[in-house]
Amino acid sequence: MNFWRTLACVVLALVLGSSLAANWLAPAGYARQYRDAIGAPPSRTHWLGTDEIGRDRFARVLYGTRISLLLAPAAALLSTLMAALIGGLAGYLGGVWARMAMAVTDLFMSLPWLFLLITARALMPLNVSPLVSVLVTFLLLGLLGWTAAARVLCTTAGSLRTSDFVRQARAAGLPGQRLFWVHVVPNLKPVLYAQFWISIPVFILSEANLGILGLGVAEPMPSWGSLLKELEGLVSVGEEPWKFVPLILLVVVVTSFQFLLSRQEELAA
Amino acid sequence: MKCHGKTLTVVLLCLGSFLATALAQGGGELRFCLRSEPKTFDPLKVDDDASGAIRYLTGGVLVRVNRQTQELEPGLAMSWKVSKDGRQISFRLRSGVSFSDGTPFSAGDVAYTIQQLMDPALHSPTGDSFRSGAGNVETRVISPTQISIRFPAPVAGLDRLFDYVAILSERSPKKEMAVLGPFMVADYKPGSTILLKRNPYYWKTDEQGRKLPYLDSIQLDIQPNRDVEMLRFKRGEMDLINSLDSEYFDKLAATSPQLVHDAGASLDSEQLWFNEVARSPIPVYKKNWFRSATFRRAISEAINRDDLSRVVFHGHAQPAVGPFSPANKFWFNSKLKPQPYSPEQALKELQADGFRMENGELKDKDGNEVVFSIITNSGNKYRERMAVLIQDDLQKIGIHVNVVTLDFPSLIERMTQSFDYEAMILGLTNVDLDPNGEMNVWLSSSANHQWNPQQKAPETLWEAEIDQLMRAQASSSDAKKRKEAFDRVQEIVVEQEPFIFLINKNALSAVSTTVHGAAPVILTPQTFWNAEWLTVSGK
Repeated sequence: MNFWRTLACVVLALVLGSSLAANWLAPAGYARQYRDAIGAPPSRTHWLGTDEIGRDRFARVLYGTRISLLLAPAAALLSTLMAALIGGLAGYLGGVWARMAMAVTDLFMSLPWLFLLITARALMPLNVSPLVSVLVTFLLLGLLGWTAAARVLCTTAGSLRTSDFVRQARAAGLPGQRLFWVHVVPNLKPVLYAQFWISIPVFILSEANLGILGLGVAEPMPSWGSLLKELEGLVSVGEEPWKFVPLILLVVVVTSFQFLLSRQEELAA
Repeated sequence: MKCHGKTLTVVLLCLGSFLATALAQGGGELRFCLRSEPKTFDPLKVDDDASGAIRYLTGGVLVRVNRQTQELEPGLAMSWKVSKDGRQISFRLRSGVSFSDGTPFSAGDVAYTIQQLMDPALHSPTGDSFRSGAGNVETRVISPTQISIRFPAPVAGLDRLFDYVAILSERSPKKEMAVLGPFMVADYKPGSTILLKRNPYYWKTDEQGRKLPYLDSIQLDIQPNRDVEMLRFKRGEMDLINSLDSEYFDKLAATSPQLVHDAGASLDSEQLWFNEVARSPIPVYKKNWFRSATFRRAISEAINRDDLSRVVFHGHAQPAVGPFSPANKFWFNSKLKPQPYSPEQALKELQADGFRMENGELKDKDGNEVVFSIITNSGNKYRERMAVLIQDDLQKIGIHVNVVTLDFPSLIERMTQSFDYEAMILGLTNVDLDPNGEMNVWLSSSANHQWNPQQKAPETLWEAEIDQLMRAQASSSDAKKRKEAFDRVQEIVVEQEPFIFLINKNALSAVSTTVHGAAPVILTPQTFWNAEWLTVSGK
């Protein structure tokens, strides 16, 4: 399995590296419209052809990858921190605190998050730049995506609370706050890492879903979601296989994360 | 023997030719898709496209607008006359006509239909177009074949409105299922299919005296998914697609050019407008831009409509000239010309109005950067693409545009309730040739006067003039005077640009080669407007 993990690391590094080098690899940018070459097939000037309004698809894939790959981990970090705060603390405190936290978590989990996101997007001010819109999209994903991780952390923290070494530390007179930071949090770290890595592909896919609904990143900024929208016309995709590149990239990246994740799960176990 | 052989050959050839002709002109089943479930089979309650299609195919009307010539033709009425004051219409009806169940048709049925149509309790959308003033509609049956109908106030384009009024039977036990049109509903499987059969009592015949319609039946499959509709058409399971979008059109044209039809610019338009509502929650300086005709005209000049048509609609759209499409032969003001694309001119006009360019960004006289958002409904890829092209065009004159797509209910809420938007792209679907059908858009007091709805009194002089002209044309029965009034309305709209009309979409359709007699047109229903003359062969 080491080979696959190494390969996953190389693939992720390559994808991230090339997306960060987008300015050099695709100097014309993602928004330039070649209106005389709309829907063009791959060529020397446009390696992956152009989209329906003549924008270079290669440039858009590079910039879209940059956005999705940088902001999905940021959203994952936010949701993991919230899960640690709510779930970890509730599990450590136990009793009524744990029950209350889990009730709130259950309530959040029962909400139709997609409709919630659509509503939140509709309530946002309209006159925001594409960059702000992308930040807000991932911020919303981060703020709404902590629930599943919070349950796991609550249970783990609960079992730590009743573990022998915590009992012993408590019997030795260690104050509650110090006990939490010195003995509980370090033992939650492997679970936190695993939850972080799990969340990244989930948020990438969520943004892609929102993009397909037209509610993700604002034009002209690309993201994997907006790029995947091109696959809507299934009747014609067989004739234009290069349109599958964003989908293939998404599958490759999510699979690579899964290989890394298996390593994190082993560490957590 | 040789002579006999020649005779036999000639006889066989003649027989073959006769059989081929007979087969080509009679029978067959036409199959196509409706994109939604019809909400009603009652022709007076029709309010959706699917029900409208059923009404068109089954309903018998007194007069019919020929979808090809756009002229009014006799239907169940052999002749008609509108009074000079535009309040009364008299019809002379055909005799010997029966409903699909054999019940005879007479003037009493017309009176009954009008009574039902104008009943306020029915809430008939068709009836609403006849409501020009307070009071009752009076019908007078002069004889079984003569009737006159008097309205409390003049109704503009009165005779053409009867194109939408399918006559009901007063006496038939089958109620609205007894019809006078070429077809009748024979079977209905909710969510699946509607089978229409030939009406054996249909009154119309061809030049040879053969009874119409030629078709035995029409099968309508309810299919909201356009991809599936296209696949079924390609597999030969469907005979026509009434309305295609430009992407599908091109893909089908690439493999089967003989199947697709581009009838040219339709009546439908796409437009951009700015929020001019005084109480809207947007900054005052932006309201000042949006309420300035110079600003709106400059934006209009900076938009490359040729590119919108070519890039977004693959050439299957025409740059819009004004409120009416040139496809509307009578009402379009032919003096109007397409707005030329000129970002340089746009910039000059803006600079003359106090705007200035600083480091590639346009600023108003108070130093505010010119930035606004355009919203449109998510999921409509053509509108989204138009917005992105406009965003790019306006960037060239230093204007920064944010494109936002919203779900339709949110969009409508902002447009009609909160007025919390800056600019919007939407379309108008016109089925009516007469400008009277757009009264609710042009009157300043109307809720559909989108850029500034429900004004207590017109807020601008030009809106006051439009109000006066629209009311004048609506109360006149003189077609020439009405045309003059609406020509002026079109000129004002082009001068003031409250709506920046972008394009008129072409009417695109696909018809199988097994369908004979099809001649797609721009008016709905584009492909089956002459259904009674169609034949289907080769199945």
